[in-house]
Amino acid sequence: MPNGFVFEFLFYLFGLIAVVSAAIFVTRRNPVAAALWLVNTMFCLAALYIMMDAQFVGAIQVLVYAGAIMVVFLFVVMLLNLGLPPSVADLKGKGARIFALLAGLIMLAEVMVLVRQKLPAELAWLPRETNVTTPITDSLFRTYLLPFEITSVLLLVAIVGAVVLAKRRG
Amino acid sequence: MVPEALFFSAVLFVIGVIGVLTRRNAIIIFMCVELMLNAVNLSFIGFSRLYGAGGQVFVIFVMSVAAAEAAVGLAIIIAIFRHHESVDLKNINLLKG
Repeated sequence: MPNGFVFEFLFYLFGLIAVVSAAIFVTRRNPVAAALWLVNTMFCLAALYIMMDAQFVGAIQVLVYAGAIMVVFLFVVMLLNLGLPPSVADLKGKGARIFALLAGLIMLAEVMVLVRQKLPAELAWLPRETNVTTPITDSLFRTYLLPFEITSVLLLVAIVGAVVLAKRRG
Repeated sequence: MVPEALFFSAVLFVIGVIGVLTRRNAIIIFMCVELMLNAVNLSFIGFSRLYGAGGQVFVIFVMSVAAAEAAVGLAIIIAIFRHHESVDLKNINLLKG
C-alpha cells in the first residue's frame, strides 16, 4: 500500500498544492486572503504528515496551526481592520525584491545540495492497527520529559507577556 | 518519499524567506515566519521516517513555541498599532541612529 502509484501521485499532488498556495500567499495584498491561502498550505502539509505515518502530528497540525494560530492571526487582522488594501505600497522597492530573489535562489541552491545527500533507508511501515501515538508519547514523556516541562513554563510566560503587553496604556 | 518531502520543505522555506524580505506589513511577515516553521516541521516529519519518532516530538515542540510566539508577537503588533495607527514596518525605526 505505501508505495503504490496512487499514493505517490497524491503525495506529489498535496506537496504541489502546498507550494503553490504558499507562493500565492506571499503575493497577496489583502492580509485576509493571504491568511486563508496559508491555511490551505497548512492543510496540505497535514495531509503530507498523515501520508508519512505521522497521523497524530497531522491532526495536531490541523487543530493547532489551522484551527488556533491562524484564527488568532485573522482575529488580529480584522480587529485592526487591515482587510482593506493599504494606501502605501506593501511590497518593498525593486532593489529589495531583487535582493530577496537572489537570496532565495542562493538559499534554495544550498538546501538542494544538502537534500541530495545520501539518505539512510526508511523505516518499515507499521501495521495499520498499531496505536500511532505510542511511539511519540514514549519519547515525549521519557527522553524529552524536561523539554516538555520547560515548554509548559514557556507557554505560561507567553500568556503573561501577552496580557501585560495588551493591557499597557500608552 | 523522504527526498521529495525535503524538497517541498526547502521550497516552502525559501518562499517564506522571500516573503519576509519583500513585505512591509508586520502581520504578513509574521505569517511568513509561520510558513518557515511549517517547512522545518515537514523536514522533521520526513526525517522521522528515517530515524524514528523523535522528529515528531520536535514538531510538537515547534508548534507550542510557534503558538507562544504568535501570542506575544501579535500582542506587540497590537501595541505598535495603538501607537502608530499602522502595522507598516517603515514606522518602526526607534532603534535606527
